[in-house]
This record gives sequence, structure tokens and C-alpha cells, in this order.
Amino acid sequence: MIEVQHLTKQYGRVTAVNDISFRVERGEILGFLGPNGAGKTTTMRILTGYMPASEGKAIVAGFDVFDQPIEAKRRTGYLPETPPLYPDMTVVEYLDFVSKIKGVPAVGRQKRIREVMGRTRIADMADRMCSKLSKGYRQRVGLAQAIIHNPDVLILDEPTAGLDPKQIIETRELIKELAGSHTIVPSTHILPEVSQTCERVVIINKGRVVAEDTPQNLTARLQGSETLYVQVDSDGVDPVGALERIPGVTRVLQADRNDRAVGYEIESERGRDIRRDLAREVVGSGWGLLELRPMRLSLEEIFLSLTTDEKPAPAPEETAHA
Amino acid sequence: MRNIAAIAQKELRSYFASPIGYIVLGLFALLYGYFYVTMLNYFVRQGMQMSMMGGGQQAINVNQMMIRPLLQNVTILILFMMPTVTMRAYAEEKRSGTIELLLTSPLSDWEIILGKFVGALALWGAMLAVTLVHIAVLFAYGRPEWKPIVTAYLGLVLMGGCFISVGLLISSLTKNQIVAGVATFTVFLLLWIVNWIGSFSGPTINAVTQYLSIVDQFDDFAKGVIDTSHLIYYISFISFGLFLTAKSVDSERWRG
Repeated sequence: MIEVQHLTKQYGRVTAVNDISFRVERGEILGFLGPNGAGKTTTMRILTGYMPASEGKAIVAGFDVFDQPIEAKRRTGYLPETPPLYPDMTVVEYLDFVSKIKGVPAVGRQKRIREVMGRTRIADMADRMCSKLSKGYRQRVGLAQAIIHNPDVLILDEPTAGLDPKQIIETRELIKELAGSHTIVPSTHILPEVSQTCERVVIINKGRVVAEDTPQNLTARLQGSETLYVQVDSDGVDPVGALERIPGVTRVLQADRNDRAVGYEIESERGRDIRRDLAREVVGSGWGLLELRPMRLSLEEIFLSLTTDEKPAPAPEETAHA
Repeated sequence: MRNIAAIAQKELRSYFASPIGYIVLGLFALLYGYFYVTMLNYFVRQGMQMSMMGGGQQAINVNQMMIRPLLQNVTILILFMMPTVTMRAYAEEKRSGTIELLLTSPLSDWEIILGKFVGALALWGAMLAVTLVHIAVLFAYGRPEWKPIVTAYLGLVLMGGCFISVGLLISSLTKNQIVAGVATFTVFLLLWIVNWIGSFSGPTINAVTQYLSIVDQFDDFAKGVIDTSHLIYYISFISFGLFLTAKSVDSERWRG
């Protein structure tokens, strides 16, 4: 349904999107994940025909967004980061205008508007001015605007940004509901979002795709390299050298320090259990082995490890309960 | 075509959903009314003097003495009013992000531009309709000739179109309405007084600047003459302005 090939976008000297390629099948929800400034919005703007790419190709619903923009746009619904509402129109007037320019036929237009308002739960705000809507309603009107012409492809730029938890859940439900009949690409920088709604995830960072997989596989794959957390009281001796000498250990990083107890993250070769050797080494050296446990990478950490150059220290509460 | 109408309708609605439409129309009516009253007084006084001096039969010409200068004064009003009409056209859409809706809808850039042009032209039409009421009063009490009035209004519509096309172009260059408004006013003023320089220069430059001045082109229309060269001037001016607007919108896309 969506095919992106070697997409590159340069703003002057800055490369916002660098050689991105991915595919989305019909009816699929593909999460588009990345930190702020990674190039998510730029990619989406290219897909929706808002701006052309510097290089590469994007095919949406069978039409090249650059060569046949009108045809592609007819089949695409887009919710930008800020819902594009006209403050001086009521919700109904706004949807009426949008349905006209999106080519919804005059016959049945009013019915379609009512239907979409029901679906996005904005019917009670029908005659409210757009400028008087709360953030949650603005977002929903934005979503209504995106689906009014029943597009094949829905591109949603941070659809849950700025919503309260209840609204977030409602929006997620709505996205899932729409999934069967539409191909949906939501972007976000919030992870639980992705694991709950998306079948597949593309993680981009600094304009490049750094990972593309299902949330489950992604978690599994990154846990492939075993990581242990060990807390040692080594009486002031630096234990790193000794730890690194343990067979199978590939990397030792200091994770935290708490008075005399120092925590380390130890990465080892895949499929090799070094816990036994590790414990023996620490105890044999006469140090205190205060804690030893395998580290589970949450999607959050995977994301961070993929999108940051330095390995981040695990969150403090991580080490607290062991 | 349907898309152009939808955009034009939206533009027109937005003028009247905000105070802008009412303020522009109201102030225009006020200033125009003032011009009308002073000119009518002047005309009546002239008429009385003439008849006292025994002009008798050859009544003075209401078209020449009153309507023509009156409508020529309307050009001054455009200069002040039109920037407020066009300044938000693109600037506001860009600032509020609604431009993303327009540019990702199945519309061509031309449909958007023409829609905005027609919308602004319709407001200008509403402003001109106000002036027709006053002219109708003249018809009730006198016998002005209607043909030069028709040509003058044709000229006014075309001249308004020129100013709108320039206004749209400038509005498409910025996100800031105020910048758009001030820049538009400055350009309008320049287009209006460009012929001043001509009077100090040689005849060639004089002819060129005279030709460039939007307002000078209107004089013949006010006299009741439809000169094809003026028609072509106005129409090509409008087309060129809209063409540059299209280029500006397109280049904005590339620059992001």
C-alpha cells in the first residue's frame, strides 16, 4: 500500500531524511518511531505530498506521490502534528469544507459527515467553533478530517500527543478500529503507544532507519546479546579488569555507584551463560556480591539504545527492585 | 472548478466570520460616502453657478463632473483597504498550519490560488456594490449616462484584481500577516506613484512609467473608453501576479 524507496530530503545543507526505505502492506498498522527531530514529520510530509523529496520515490496506494500527486492525495488521509483547523468555522462547517476539497460527492456528504463525527465521538461538539475546542477535541476533529473521504492510507503525525490518558486510550482504540479498512502509519516518540497498536515498527533516528520489525521481535532481537547487571562491593579495588577477563564477556560498563557498591552492566556473547563464572570471580576475589540479575530490555531501552550513541544508564528504580 | 468554488466560499466566509469583512466594508462605505457627499456638494454648487450665469440649455455633465472623479477616488480607497483583505490569505494559513490541509488535499496549487483570488475579488465586488447604491441615487434625481459607468466599474474590478494578485503574492512570501500587510501597502503605493518619476525624466521613461502605473490605466475606463491595451495590461498583470504566487507556493514546498 505504501512503498518508500531510498527517500532523501535535504533542507539546504541539513539532511533531514537520509535514504529511507520501507513498505507497508494493506490493512497494516506501521508505527513510525523516533526521537524528536529524527525526520518523522518530514517523511510523513513527503508521503502526503506536502513537500517533494530531494531523492527517492514514494508510492502511496499505487500512485507516485510526486508524479501523480492528486491521485495519491485522494487516497490519503493526513493528520498533521497540529490539527489543521480553521478557528472561525464550526466543526460541521469545517468538515463540510474538508469533505468538499477532498472530493466527497455532494450526494451523501451530510450523512458521511455525521457518520465520521459519530465515529470520532465529536457529535456533541458539532456546532462549536473550532477555536473553542479543547486539545482532545481538536485532535479528534483532526482525525475526523483525515478519514472523511475514506482514504486507503491514513498518516497520523503523533495522534496522541498532548492528550490525557483517557483520550490516549480512546484514540488508540479508534486507530485499531480503523485498521481493518485502512492502512495506518502513526508516528510517535512514545513507546507503549507502539507496542499496543502497531503490528510493525520502523525506528528512525537522524534521518535513517535503524530498525524495522514487530515490537516482539525487536525486543527479542535486542535481548539476544545477554546483559547482566551485577553490583559489587570491591573494597575500593577497581573490578573492571577482573570482570573483563571472564571468558565470554564482551563489554563491561559501570552503570551506577552507591557509596561502596558499584553496579555494572556486563554484556556477554549470545547464548553463553556466564553467571556462574561471574559469581565465582567476584566471590573468589573476596568482594561482596550484592546483586546479580539478567537485564530485561524494555522497548523503551531498545529505543534509546538504537537512537542514542552512548549507552544510557538504566533508570534508578530499575536497580532498586531486584 | 468545484474546488475553486469551495476555496472561494471558504475565503469569503472567513472574511465575514472575523470582523475583517465588516470593518473593511464599513470603513469603505464611510470613506466613500464622504467622497460622495463632498463631490455632490461641489457638483450642485457648480451647477447653480452655471445656471445663474445663464448656462441654461447645456446642462453640466454629471458623468464628467461627478461620477468620474468619484470613481477615480475609489482607487485611493483600494490602496488602503486591499492590503487588509489579502494580507492573511496565505500568511495565516501558514502560521496556523492549515496550509498543510490544503496542500495535502487533492487540489492543484492553481485551484487554491484561484479560489483565494475569487474569494477576495468577491469581497471587492461587495465593496463596489456599496458604491452602486450611491450611483443609483444619482439616477433617481438625474440622467447620467450609464455606459461610461459600466466601463468604469469594469475598470475598477480589473484594477482590484491587479491589487489582489499582488497582495496574494506578498502574502505567500511570509508567515506574518502584519509583514504581508505593510509590504503589500508599500508595493501598492509604488505601483500607484511610479509615474511620478516619469515626469522628471525623458519621454521614453515617462511613457514606460505611465504604462506601469495601475491607476493611470484606469483613467480611460473612467472616461468610458475600453482600450484593448488597458484590458490586456490588467489581465496580463493579474495573470503574472498569480503565476508568481504559484511559483512562490511551489518553491516554499521545495524549501520546506
